[in-house]
Amino acid sequence: MQATLVMFVISLIGFSIQDNLGDPLRELVGQSVSEKERDALRDRMGLNDPFLVQYGRFLSNAVQGDLGNSYFFKKPALEVIARKFPATLELVIGATFIIIFSSVPLGIYSAIKPNSWLTRFILGISIVGISVPVFLTAIFSIYIFSVELGWMPSFGRGETTAPFGWDSGFFNGDGLLHLILPSLSLASIMMPLFIRLIRSEMMEILQMDYIRFAWAKGLYPKRIWFLHAFKNTLLPVITVGGVQVGTMLAYTILTESVFQWPGMGFLFLEAVNRVDTPLIIAYIIVVGLIFVVTNTVVDLLYTWVNPTVKLVGQKS
Amino acid sequence: MALLEVKDLEVEFPLGRITLQAIRKVSFSLEKGERLGIVGESGAGKSVAAFSILNLLSRPGRISGGEILFEGDDISKFDDRQMRSIRGNRISMIFQDPMMTLNPVLTVATQMIECLKAHRKISKKEAWDISVSKLKEVMIPSPEERMESYPHELSGGMRQRVVIAMALLTDPEIIIADEPTTALDVTIQAEIMVLMLDLCKSNNVGLILITHDLAVVSQVTERIMVMYAGRVVEEGGTKEVITNPKHPYTRGLLKALPQENTAGSRLNQIRGTMPSLNALPKGCAFNPRCDFATKECHQVVPKLEGRDGHNTACIHLEKIPSFKSELGNQ
Repeated sequence: MQATLVMFVISLIGFSIQDNLGDPLRELVGQSVSEKERDALRDRMGLNDPFLVQYGRFLSNAVQGDLGNSYFFKKPALEVIARKFPATLELVIGATFIIIFSSVPLGIYSAIKPNSWLTRFILGISIVGISVPVFLTAIFSIYIFSVELGWMPSFGRGETTAPFGWDSGFFNGDGLLHLILPSLSLASIMMPLFIRLIRSEMMEILQMDYIRFAWAKGLYPKRIWFLHAFKNTLLPVITVGGVQVGTMLAYTILTESVFQWPGMGFLFLEAVNRVDTPLIIAYIIVVGLIFVVTNTVVDLLYTWVNPTVKLVGQKS
Repeated sequence: MALLEVKDLEVEFPLGRITLQAIRKVSFSLEKGERLGIVGESGAGKSVAAFSILNLLSRPGRISGGEILFEGDDISKFDDRQMRSIRGNRISMIFQDPMMTLNPVLTVATQMIECLKAHRKISKKEAWDISVSKLKEVMIPSPEERMESYPHELSGGMRQRVVIAMALLTDPEIIIADEPTTALDVTIQAEIMVLMLDLCKSNNVGLILITHDLAVVSQVTERIMVMYAGRVVEEGGTKEVITNPKHPYTRGLLKALPQENTAGSRLNQIRGTMPSLNALPKGCAFNPRCDFATKECHQVVPKLEGRDGHNTACIHLEKIPSFKSELGNQ
């Protein structure tokens, strides 16, 4: 219900900005067409109709899965985006993996040993990570690892295979190699945030009475840190994590354009340059949908981790 | 040899430039199956004394002197691994607030079974059975179902029963209870206290009961130790100390209790408050609040002395009238 409302608002905002993006006709037909012909074309495309009529038409098509045709590709916008979606998804998954498998152990370590030199080092690096914008990280990593060292490819997805019906870089060495640098740079913006979040939450939890009681029970330290303390630490981390997925999608635009990654973000930039309004709106709506879906998943995860929260209608 | 013997224990908290002495030369002992009450106001150091036995002082607190002998071994010198085999196994603890003691995201079963598994080679099924039997011992209705509960699904009294059951899981020799009933309703307080007393007696478990509630101490314990500002000011058999308190501080505590025959009148209180640890008065720390204080009290730290196990740290014992006559004068 809430999700539907959110999607409705997103579609309204997405649709209402289209008039301000420039005249699609200029890109569509070129210089030689007269103003009269242009107007006729506008009429045929419905661009001269009142806003609400246009929006109503858009909405009724949208609920049937039709977000209009891309002016440039001359294909349904959704189909164009769907073709690019796996590349972005893989980039985000790669970055998420890097974030989880680095920030969780580093965050826990720096909470358990708050005064060790390694903790100071981790926190120092994470400040740098927060401060440097993602395109700089990306360009520097290309310079170091591709240009100077020659270890990594500098652009593109490399070889892709399609074992499950979509093009994927996960299942061959070249594709994975191409994935490393882009997902690393994408991860670099979120990683410091999560290390610091996990650290501060965990340090707070470690002061709680139930942790002291766990020590008094004579449990193994590992069990206290990784089960008793970490499971409680997870609650706020999951909440923030859900919101950050949206931010990460936004940053894919930057990462993808630096690495020439053929994904949704790159496509979106091109669409903006070409004033390909249907494609832009479709992108906004798809991203909105992803955001809503991930947040729903996060809510479900939250109830799984936190027994004190029950979803409405769920039996307690 | 006593089961537990604490000798000249000193605990300090180094805080940057200053170091606070939370416990100064505290000694006490506990025989097998004996019940000792440690009494005092907030800040007297009773909880610190209790936590230091299991070396669970919150940072940066540390034991800076003395010995804690458990069956003859000085456990204050034990490393983490050795200490783990004592904690929750031979000596267990019950904390003050049952709302905060149980981990909110783990079931009762998880939290009980892990304790057994940490100390014994035991299957999950066996651990489950022992846990259920202990829940029965603390009179929890339908224990099998309660095993699957999360802490928030239990009431405060019920949670403290679960905590007590956890403390009994490994059949420890000593239970340290840090104000186990302070956070509970009055009616439930009595229930829990009686339950603990019965369990300690029937299992022959030693109990160190930390509280500021003299009524509770007099019902449950055999010996009592009164602490003030990190020192023991009076100790002895519970009945003896309660009926014939010698130290002005102990008297003050007892007089602050409502009496049957003084209904309607204002309760006595000890004037002033416990001094902060970084500004302790010279000599006897109680001197600013004491009616009998003289010049001498500001110079000499009184020794804990006495007869028949009833010891008091006060230099004016002869001058002070007996407690009964003092009460009669009011």
